[in-house]
Amino acid sequence: MLSIKNLHAGIDEKKILKGINLEIKPGEVHAIMGPNGSGKSTLASVLAGREDYEVTDGTVEFAGKDLLELSPEERAGEGLFLAFQYPVEIPGLSTTNFIKTAVNEVRKYRGEEALDAVAFLKLMKEKMAQTNIDQTLLSRSLNEGFSGGEKKRNEVFQMAMLQPKLAILDETDSGLDIDAIRIVANGVNKLRSKDNAVLLVTHYQRLLDYIVPDFVHVLYNGRIVKSGTKELALELEERGYDFIKSENVEA
Amino acid sequence: MQNELSAIEKTVLTDYKYGFVTEIEADEAPPGLNEDTIRFISAKKNEPEWMLEWRLKAYNHWLKMSEPTWANIKYEKINYQDIIYYSAPKQKKKVNSLDEIDPELRKTFEKLGISLDEQKRLSGVAIDAVIDSVSIGTTFKEQLGELGIIFCSISEAIQEHPELVKKYIGSVVPITDNYFSALNSAVFSDGSFCYIPKGVRCPMELSTYFRINAEGTGQFERTLLIADEGSYVSYLEGCTAPIRDENQLHAAVVELIAMENAEIKYSTVQNWYPGDKDGVGGIYNFVTKRGICQGAHAKISWTQVETGSSITWKYPSVILKGDYSVGEFYSVAVTNNHQQADTGTKMMHLGKNTRSRIVSKGISAGVSNNSYRGLVHVGKNAANARNFSQCDSLLLGDKCGAHTFPYIEVKNNTAVVEHEATTSKIGEDQIFYCNQRGIDTETAVALIINGFAKEVMNQLPMEFAVEAQKLLAISLEGSVG
Ligand SMILES: Nc1ncnc2c1ncn2[C@@H]1O[C@H](COP(=O)(O)OP(=O)(O)OP(=O)(O)O)[C@@H](O)[C@H]1O
Ligand SMILES: [Mg+2]
Repeated sequence: MLSIKNLHAGIDEKKILKGINLEIKPGEVHAIMGPNGSGKSTLASVLAGREDYEVTDGTVEFAGKDLLELSPEERAGEGLFLAFQYPVEIPGLSTTNFIKTAVNEVRKYRGEEALDAVAFLKLMKEKMAQTNIDQTLLSRSLNEGFSGGEKKRNEVFQMAMLQPKLAILDETDSGLDIDAIRIVANGVNKLRSKDNAVLLVTHYQRLLDYIVPDFVHVLYNGRIVKSGTKELALELEERGYDFIKSENVEA
Repeated sequence: MQNELSAIEKTVLTDYKYGFVTEIEADEAPPGLNEDTIRFISAKKNEPEWMLEWRLKAYNHWLKMSEPTWANIKYEKINYQDIIYYSAPKQKKKVNSLDEIDPELRKTFEKLGISLDEQKRLSGVAIDAVIDSVSIGTTFKEQLGELGIIFCSISEAIQEHPELVKKYIGSVVPITDNYFSALNSAVFSDGSFCYIPKGVRCPMELSTYFRINAEGTGQFERTLLIADEGSYVSYLEGCTAPIRDENQLHAAVVELIAMENAEIKYSTVQNWYPGDKDGVGGIYNFVTKRGICQGAHAKISWTQVETGSSITWKYPSVILKGDYSVGEFYSVAVTNNHQQADTGTKMMHLGKNTRSRIVSKGISAGVSNNSYRGLVHVGKNAANARNFSQCDSLLLGDKCGAHTFPYIEVKNNTAVVEHEATTSKIGEDQIFYCNQRGIDTETAVALIINGFAKEVMNQLPMEFAVEAQKLLAISLEGSVG
């Protein structure tokens, strides 16, 4: 579903991603861990099509298409979803109205009819129950004045509403209380199917207790320097990143 | 970053949808302004002597005045001798009913989305349609008449209700008030007149649609609205003009009078031609709008959505004379390309326990300039006056300007005056967030600015809110993305 080959990207003169290779198949859950500043969010942004970053080398194929050729909204239409590490606030725009626009724009891209008010409400109700989100949150302005945890829940709710093929979650577990982590995990697990894939960026092994990944990768200094299974996450939790860093002293 | 910014800066001209010209023969005064021009206009309208005298007084006063320069706007000096002060579409004969309106004119309004056909019209809205210097028809007059409501053109009011016009015209905006209002008083050609009798709640939206059509003309409309004790009216005006290279002057005066316990809600959706992307052409919109809360517990609320005109200079104001009276000003002003707006309000607290609320949302894009200018005055007898002002500016790109000039004069120490102001930019991260959810940049900008302007848009009558939202989006089309 997603095939990243030798991806180099940066901003201005700064090189951030220095040759990422990653293969994600339908049905898989991949976790990416790594120290602060290693390039995790950059990778997520580049995949989502943020123009600030310049791709200098490499290819990315998504669902049979050259991902790098598509605009951010086309990528969303193709089924790529990014739960942001720092969701933005849009004052005055109701969360519900925003999500309704998003759902219908994506449907339009796929040549589907827009959902009418009734159908949309039904979908909302279903997903609200699933992700345990407070209704009053959805009638407020998008993310405005939301607590850190509420913003993350809102991301998960949007993911549930959009049912993406590939969901990238950038530290969606950070700042969440234990119950909320379960809810996020639950949301992701509900999305899991043989056709969908998930890329989780996280610092904590705890999330992986709830969402068991098929693969764990360590991103360090713009490269994936280690890949393994769930056990790798446990090892990192125990030993920290030092052993990785010492193994990868830059030449 | 670089990429996105240059995209934001890239301003493209939106097609102005209302830029067509109607080919219709006009009855015009020769260009230029002198006493004869005024006599010509007055004679055309078959006005009584007192009206002509009033006009001439205004003209003579105007001659002694000079054009104001304090606003934060720049334009070439206007040559008042080049302007045509009277232009009326030639109608075959006097029309006695709406059915007799020239089909060409009827079509013009239909193209603008305004149907003069009472059956087809939203049943909740009565319309007075004004083209260049004259009103061509008013809908729903009879139904309104049954309630004692007078809704007609000001020319007709001068003929039919001279006592009301004589009593109130110039009572809120005196002819000596300012340069443009003096000019308007001398040469005003048409506009709407409305009187709501005691205790009557006007059952429909009243609305005037102003259209400039003829070349080289100025439009000088005059609107007078009186809400007698305990009455209520909601009134809306809309405006458009053809695309032309020349600048055309629009200098209107609107006067509102709210008696005890009366409420007037006055909404404007102003979409005069804004000029092209290089700043050529467009309407100079120099307007004086003022209301007085004459009696206790009266309320006047101005709501404006200003998207058009190359220059907008207007400060809809409220004189809060009656105790416990309330004044409100809700404004969204959008400037794009080379547009300039200097707009705001004056709240004059004279009575006790008077309250006012100002919510101004300025949106600037392109190389435009958008200024809020407001005065809150609390007189020495205005015990317990309250004012709250909120002025927010939103910038698209970094070549445009937003300015706030709040003036506060307080002469009574029991007054509470609060002012808040913010300036923000449409964030690339906001747009990217929307893009990531499948929403293209154009739609994202529309969502963001409508969110920004929501508090004001919510004040508009339902029938127009949707239109106004679209208009906001259209005015900024191409300014981001
Ligand atoms: N817009 C930018 N401008 C300048 N430098 C940037 C920008 N975006 C990222 N960087 C730099 O690139 C590096 C990688 O950042 P990134 O946000 O991808 O790290 P991360 O792995 O997500 O870190 P964290 O775990 O703290 O979220 C950092 O050194 C960061 O400062
Ligand atoms: Mg990060």
